[in-house]
Order: sequence, then C-alpha cells, then structure tokens
Amino acid sequence: MADSIIQVKDISFSRGQRVIFNETSLDIQRGKITTIMGPSGVGKTTLLKLIAGQLAPSHGDVIFDGDNINQLSRKKLYQIRKKMGMLFQSGALFTNISVFDNVAFPIREHTNLSEAMIRDLVLIKLESVGLRGARNLMPSELSGGMARRVALARAIALDPDVIMYDEPFTGQDPVTMGVLMKLIKMMNDSLGLTSVLVSHDVEEAASISDYIYLLSEEKVIAQGPPEDLMHSNDPEVKQFMEGLPDGPVPFHFPSSVDYEQDLMDGRQ
Amino acid sequence: MNGIIRLGQFGINICERIGISGIILFRAIFRKPDFKHGFPALVEQLYSVGVLSLVIIMVSGLFIGMVVGLQGYNTLVKFGASQALGQLLALSIVRELGPVVTGLLFAGRAGSALTAEIGLMKATEQLSSMEMMAVDPLHRVIAPRFWAGFISMPLLGIIFSAVAIYGGYWVAVQWLGLDAGAFWSNMQASVNFNIDVLNGIIKTIVFGFVVTWIAVFQGYECVPTSEGIGRATTKTVVYSSLAILSLDFVLTAMMLGGW
Repeated sequence: MADSIIQVKDISFSRGQRVIFNETSLDIQRGKITTIMGPSGVGKTTLLKLIAGQLAPSHGDVIFDGDNINQLSRKKLYQIRKKMGMLFQSGALFTNISVFDNVAFPIREHTNLSEAMIRDLVLIKLESVGLRGARNLMPSELSGGMARRVALARAIALDPDVIMYDEPFTGQDPVTMGVLMKLIKMMNDSLGLTSVLVSHDVEEAASISDYIYLLSEEKVIAQGPPEDLMHSNDPEVKQFMEGLPDGPVPFHFPSSVDYEQDLMDGRQ
Repeated sequence: MNGIIRLGQFGINICERIGISGIILFRAIFRKPDFKHGFPALVEQLYSVGVLSLVIIMVSGLFIGMVVGLQGYNTLVKFGASQALGQLLALSIVRELGPVVTGLLFAGRAGSALTAEIGLMKATEQLSSMEMMAVDPLHRVIAPRFWAGFISMPLLGIIFSAVAIYGGYWVAVQWLGLDAGAFWSNMQASVNFNIDVLNGIIKTIVFGFVVTWIAVFQGYECVPTSEGIGRATTKTVVYSSLAILSLDFVLTAMMLGGW
C-alpha cells in the first residue's frame, strides 16, 4: 500500500497459551482514518499496544515511519512516541491534577516553553475539543464523554503524526458519540493526522473511516473501504457488520454434551 | 518428584521476582537527575509519604515510650534500680524499638498507600498513558516515591525515638516521681552516639530502603484489577514486616559483633 506510516508485518503474539495474533499483517495509510474492528477479545487493544511498543510480538515486525519499533532502544522508543498520541478507553487522565494541568503535562515534560505560552497552547487544545471552560475542573468532576475529550486534547498536545483511539465510543450517549465522531474526523482533516481507530461500533466507525480492517480468530478476515465491507457477502463479515446474533461466530459456546442429554444427566 | 519440581519452580520464581524488582529499581533511580520535574515531585511525595505519617508515628512513639517507662519502672523498682530507667528506656528505644516499630508503622501507613496508589494508576491506564506521552513512569512515578520513602523513614525514626523518650520521661518523672536529674544523667552517661544512636539510624535507613522498594515494586507489578491491587497491598505489608524483623536480627548481630 502506498505511503504507509505504520506497517504491521506477520506479527504473532500470545498471552499464555492463548494465541491472539498468528502472522497478522496490516498497513495504516498516512493521513487516513483506519479502523480496526472485530469482536470483543480479538486483540484490538493489544494491536494498538503492539504498534506503540508497549508490547512486543513473539514474531514479526512493527514499522512506524521507517523505524522498527521492536528493535529500538528504550530511549529511541520514547522519542518515537512523541510522534504518537493515544486516547485510552477510560481517558486515563491523571486524577490528582486539574484538566488544565493534564493537558499541560506533556508540554511541560517535553518543552521549555514559558508558562504563558503553555497556557495559550493548553487553551487552544481545550477550545478545539470544546472544553476551555472546564479547565479548572478535576477529572472526577467530568462525565465520561468530557474525560475522553480532555484526553483527546492531551493526546494532541504535542501535535503527533498519528493518534490511536481505543474504543472511543464505548458507553457513550448518542450526543457524546456524535461529538466524538465529529472531533475525530475534524482532528484528522484539519491537523493532517493519521488516525487509527479501534472500535466495534460498526455504524459510527464506518461513517468516518477511510479504510477498515476486520479481525477475527488471530487474522485479518476482511479489509477495504467501509462501503465494500458493508456490502460484503462473506458470511463472517456480514454477521459482524450487520450484528447478527448467530452465524459463523456461533451464539452457543461449544459444549461436548448434547443439550437434552445434559438436562437428563442432572435428573439422574 | 513433583514436589521437588514445584519447589525448584518456586525458587526460580522468587529469584526471577527479585531480579525484576532490582532492574526496576535500578532503572528508576540510576539516571541523570532531572531537577526541573523531579524536585517538585519529590517534595510532593515527601509530604504524602513523610509528613502525613507524622501523626501515627508520634502518637505511637508517645504511647510506646510511656509503656516502656511504666513497665521498666515497675520492674526496676523491685531491685532498687529505678534510677537506671533512663538508660533502659533510651537504649531499648534508640537501638531497637524506634527503628523496628517505625519501620512496621511506615510499612502499614506509607508502604501500603504507595502500592495502592501506583496499582490504581496502573489499573486506570495512567502509567500506560504516561508511557504513550513519552514520559517514563519509572522516572516520573516510581523514582520520587522511592526517594521520598528513603529520606522520610530515618527522619520519622528519629522523631519516633525522641517522642518515645519524652513519653517515658513523662511517666517516670512527672507521674511516678523519679528524679529528673538521675533520669537524664544516667541516660546521657550510657548512650553512646556512635554505637547506639548511629546504629539505630542505620537501621532506619536500611528499613526505609527495603520497605519503599517492596512497596513501589508491588504497585508497579500488580495485576491491574481491584483484587490484584488488594493482594499487592497486603503483600507489601507482609513482606515489609518480615523483611524488617529479619533484617533487624541480621543488623543487630552485625552491630554487636563489632562490624
């Protein structure tokens, strides 16, 4: 794929005995919104952590803007991470400091700007997510949606090249979901970012994505623009995109004993 | 056979954990000092770990000194040696009770709080988010907490001993009527600064190092769930208490052996 900023090449990763990825590959195009979709527990968040170098694959490479993430020294990895932003599912704000200080944190850590300049920068970032007025609140005083918006302002504080969103819509009301969708799209287009979105909210993610990867059972089972996946005839893709309760992914967890027999066994 | 395998595995696991904890501590504290960010964080942690432990340390010290004074007086008076109470009180507190009880209280108050705080930061992905902002949590979270514990513990130990001696004085002199001059002069004559006071301070420094190391490691490596944080906090208190008591024996043996 032309002009990929992130290349995941044949990665394998396991947690204990459980295989999460088995020689999985995907490319993230620069300047686009790419969504990683798949059922719960398939390893979507794990994939983001692999891209960020927080986890290391047992096999394969993750290339970020020409650098092999897994072969970098700790120091170099931290330098590369200045080019990445991550929005965690919970927001992951520092609970002992205010909204303002949360957004100012990465700026204070990595620059020698004056407090007046930092104040301006923080207010610009907070204004872009619509929360300039909430700058003196503590994280415990924010709603879930507001916390994610503050976390988004913090994630873009250092003007990263790539921003990764971990389940940004989960548990949000329709209004907040709409706000977050608008913000993700707006950030991507106006700041020239590359966005990697992990989500299983099909409609919302599809409406703003340029490209979708569908993961299932350790592999990428489908990929393409949202409209292609929406109209796919592949039963597995169809089941996920249309939210069907039964199909290739069975409704019933496999059991070694027949249902009727199981009930009779209880009586005996 | 299986028992031997399990025992071997247990031993390997313990060595592995000690190795990991050593690497974590090494990475956290052996680096170029960053005064701009590190100093304010250290002051904040000194307040949280040290200043907020003052009340429990002082109240405990006062009561322990009072009890030792009361028990000592009642025993010594039977032999007509009540004048030696100042000596008994000072030596038992400065050499043993001060460092050990301060260490145990410090593990219960500050050690458990450190583990719970770091564990909760891990569970709420604050440590991960810090890593993603290219800030190493070992430097920003672990190091200031470790240094704060390491610095606070000897100071708390000294305060504990001073308050405990005052508690003993209050019971023996003010309440039971022992002569103040005999109390203080006997104490002054028998307590050697280098042998008794300094050795007590060395103990508090060692206990501070070990307790804080255990606390930050248990928090940093805990399973990030509510159950995991609970277990890690319990482990901090249990391991720290055992470490304090066993190290106290080793240090006392070394000190009495004239090392």
